[in-house]
Amino acid sequence: MTREKLRLGFNGKFEEKEVEIAPDDPVPWDPSHKFQILGTRVPRLDGPAKVTGEARYAIDQRLPGMLYAKILRSPYPAATVKAVDLTAAKKMSGVRATLAILKPGEKVRFAGQEVAAVAADTPERALDALAAIRVEYQPGPFVVDLEAAKKDGAPAVFEGQVQSKTSAGDLPSARKALPRKGNVQGPRLFEKGNMEEGFRRADVVVEGTYSTQVQTHTALETHGLVARWEGDELTVWASTQGIFSVRDELAEVLGIPASKVHVITEYMGGGFGAKFGARIEGVTAARLAKEAGAPVKLFLDRKEEQLATGNRPSSVQWIKAGATRDGKLTALHLVVHGTGGTNGGTGTSGPLKNIYACDNVKTEEFDVFTNAGPSAAMRAPGHPQGVFALEATMDELAARLGMDPLELRMKNDPSEIRREEFRIGAERIGWASRNARRQTSDPAVRRGFGMGAALWYNTGGTGPKATVIIQRDGSAEVVHGVQDLGTGARTMVGVVAAEELGLPLERVSVRIGDTGMPYGPGSGGSTTTPSSAPAVRAAAVHAKQKMAERLAADWKVPASQIEFAPGTVSVHGDAARKLSWKEACAKLPEEGVSGSGERAENHSDAWKRFTSGAQFAEVEVDTETGLVRVKKIVAVHDCGVVVNALTTESQIQGGIIQGVSYALYENRVLDRDRGLMVNPNVEQYKIAGARDVPEIEVHLVEVWDGVNNTHSVGIGEPATVPTSGAIANAVSHAVGARIRRLPITPESVLAALEEAAGQSKGGRA
Amino acid sequence: MKTFVLLPARSLSEAVQEAAKPNTLVKAGGVDVLDRLKEGIDTPDRVVSIAHLPGLDQIAMGSPTRIGALATLARMASHPELQKTYPALARAAAEAATPQIRNMATLGGNLCQRPRCWYYRNADFDCRKKGGATCFAQDGENRFHAIFDSDLSCCCIHPSATGVALLAYGAKLQTVSPRGKRTIAMDDFFVRPSADAQRENVLESGEIVEAAVLPAPPEGTRSVYKKLKEKESFDWPLVEACVNLSVSGGQIRQARVVLGSVAPTPWRSKAAEAVLSGAKAGPDIARRAAEAAVAGAKPLAQNAYKVRLARVMVERAVREALA
Repeated sequence: MTREKLRLGFNGKFEEKEVEIAPDDPVPWDPSHKFQILGTRVPRLDGPAKVTGEARYAIDQRLPGMLYAKILRSPYPAATVKAVDLTAAKKMSGVRATLAILKPGEKVRFAGQEVAAVAADTPERALDALAAIRVEYQPGPFVVDLEAAKKDGAPAVFEGQVQSKTSAGDLPSARKALPRKGNVQGPRLFEKGNMEEGFRRADVVVEGTYSTQVQTHTALETHGLVARWEGDELTVWASTQGIFSVRDELAEVLGIPASKVHVITEYMGGGFGAKFGARIEGVTAARLAKEAGAPVKLFLDRKEEQLATGNRPSSVQWIKAGATRDGKLTALHLVVHGTGGTNGGTGTSGPLKNIYACDNVKTEEFDVFTNAGPSAAMRAPGHPQGVFALEATMDELAARLGMDPLELRMKNDPSEIRREEFRIGAERIGWASRNARRQTSDPAVRRGFGMGAALWYNTGGTGPKATVIIQRDGSAEVVHGVQDLGTGARTMVGVVAAEELGLPLERVSVRIGDTGMPYGPGSGGSTTTPSSAPAVRAAAVHAKQKMAERLAADWKVPASQIEFAPGTVSVHGDAARKLSWKEACAKLPEEGVSGSGERAENHSDAWKRFTSGAQFAEVEVDTETGLVRVKKIVAVHDCGVVVNALTTESQIQGGIIQGVSYALYENRVLDRDRGLMVNPNVEQYKIAGARDVPEIEVHLVEVWDGVNNTHSVGIGEPATVPTSGAIANAVSHAVGARIRRLPITPESVLAALEEAAGQSKGGRA
Repeated sequence: MKTFVLLPARSLSEAVQEAAKPNTLVKAGGVDVLDRLKEGIDTPDRVVSIAHLPGLDQIAMGSPTRIGALATLARMASHPELQKTYPALARAAAEAATPQIRNMATLGGNLCQRPRCWYYRNADFDCRKKGGATCFAQDGENRFHAIFDSDLSCCCIHPSATGVALLAYGAKLQTVSPRGKRTIAMDDFFVRPSADAQRENVLESGEIVEAAVLPAPPEGTRSVYKKLKEKESFDWPLVEACVNLSVSGGQIRQARVVLGSVAPTPWRSKAAEAVLSGAKAGPDIARRAAEAAVAGAKPLAQNAYKVRLARVMVERAVREALA
């Protein structure tokens, strides 16, 4: 270990901190460092391949003799399987393998649950074979509605122990065992200070109930993979956020060594938290492929994707907040019930506990089980819901205090960075003139402005390894087993290596997406860049050291005297001994030189902090029809030192678009009487389209936190955290009535207006 | 999707002969047919394609104007004379679906498409429209369903935007079947669920829409089509309102008011027409017509908001027509 003095901070304000650096790990860059490429706007390396269709995703994979698998799913939301008869299906033309997923006596807990599977030589024949499978069910009572499921005597989703799965993207708190009564599990309890005392000290108290819907992930590429056995070795091409997690789960479930499983994800069509591990699709495809003795492709269709692959749970959040007359929070109390179907992890308390400073906080989180498809981690689990309720509460408090909502936040936000982000955002959206701009040229249409804060956690960790090879012709190769979900990870890896080597990006070949490569992180929790970039940089530094040793031997000087600058290598203080990068590489052995790097531990003594952000929304609302149009979002975020400004902005835009879609449109609708989803498609499950996307203005605040050697922090999740809350507050500002539920449809806006009208007349509707 | 035989028809007479055979579907653009085949709602043995029949896509302006059934929504939307003479129809075509769909979807297909009710469209629900015993929407998830005729055997809404506009223009449809040709007034074309929940129009087996015929609009005609939808991109409307007024000397001589997406058929409001016909184009006439239009509404448990939306959209359409 060495101790290094680092200058850390943001916005030109740096403080000196002494930080312990692991042996062999590069010292984090100093804010004065002159970058060649890092932080610039770098087009994706795979952009042309994607837009020309040359890029082959897992769903595009076709192998000679490949079979197609389909899954039979339960039509009942609750049932006991009495018998699964595959005899007729096995005899159908083209059918090569069958599999009973549920056995007699096992329970079905949601409609769409996997029951059996077949593999056949065409997808059509596989579907025909599904129809020939005879399953005898004993249907049972079920409940799909959160309020109904909470009641005494409601049909029990789980009679005995809860059998729900967690995924690698879940927050650690979701994994704790909790008490359960009927379908209600919890509370997951958090207490700080003395809440009662806090409310006694409050001059004003507001409370309200806020509800949010179930959102599905709806990645463009559905879940699935292609599995091929060669002897006892299994190769799969998977659409996954974690190739190593697929490898390890397949090895574990199939009882084979991980070294016999090879997972490849060269390109991927999106994942928002629900694509980790082999999942049931992976295990099923591998088993069918084994039985058939042929490769098997199993990709879900859009309906299956909607029913059974995960979702963001719903929430009903009761929230109470107290503040002094001058606007300091004195107490916060949150009670939340949410349903993730047969899964838990529905808490929303993260933002309330961590964004604004408050000494007295209590949160009580309850999971309510229902007979519906299980939740999975989804882009900042719990946070968009939590921010929606928290930020509405802050606006309510501001109104009661007669205070500017921005001022209230400034008074209570302990994050220097986020206060700066609020300041920038407020200026860009024109916050000060918001009230003067409520009128539009159409008397029915009102304009409104609102804001929301983002918080996410810091981020990334050990495990990842990378290799950098410098070739004799002056080119370089970086090999790192991370997958690119479409976020730009491939380009990020290339940029970091190119920056450290002082090479133009086109001289660096990037190889990723293969478990045959050095370990790469799973892409969840916004940890990919902060986990990968430091490992890649370390590998590049080590490769350069190898090169320096070689040249030093040639020049007969100590290796420590070899100096690298972009495009050149020289001996310190000796103008005569200077070579171009190409000339220097020509001196390398035939095999070039390579260095490997490993992600060191986070520097616990660095400038540790949360990731933050602030978004402002401008909306127009037709007060006669309730129709909302989001006109503009100003997004101010930080994510450490930015590796690629272009793809970072693209990530933020994606988070905002998903946030707009969540705020206004997306909603999984279940029929209460039958327990079935009525909109399992992307036509009636509404998602924002091109014309629903507002003008988006992104500002990045660069932060030198020194937590890892590249100061890298992820952005995928924080980008979507505040959008819906900011929009809801903007709609409330426009119409003068509090929006308390998502999605904000014409129906819900008109209901909010009616409620407000009823209250102003002194009666509640 | 069940395997079927695709029969590209070489002539309209061949098409109607083939279409009259059992378990056969007719497709033009194929937009709606493909959706139904994929979901397994329809399982035909044979699909007759009329997509490439020559001459059926003509738009002939005149007195009357004749629009071939294979004219695409995109062509109708961008046709300058249609825009000028029948602006509500051009608008209805322009605002439907998405650019890609409008390039494929035809006038005939738009009129004859099946409803988008999420119970009907989901093979898991054996609803009345599919011959089952239950309308699941009536006591179920009905936020997007009918507010008029919602108490009949099926409470779906009719999805045709061009049907709303053609009804407002008092158009007629020319059809061909193995039994010959006939002309059906738009007023007689759609079938209410009380007559038959399994069909939306009077077309018989093998009968194909050949063209829509629109009377020349009288002097002083002002027509407006407006729709309200949650999303700007690719969404079905919550409510459509179409008005067709002939005005002279500040007086409304004739009026047609048709609402869309509010009933199992495009919904002509005779009550609103009665308020408008013969009335002076005064300041509160739009509001009075709108109130009359929704006076008899029968909303379901989740869609009372649509009554308000219908009122607002009719009021706006009348106001715009008189402006």
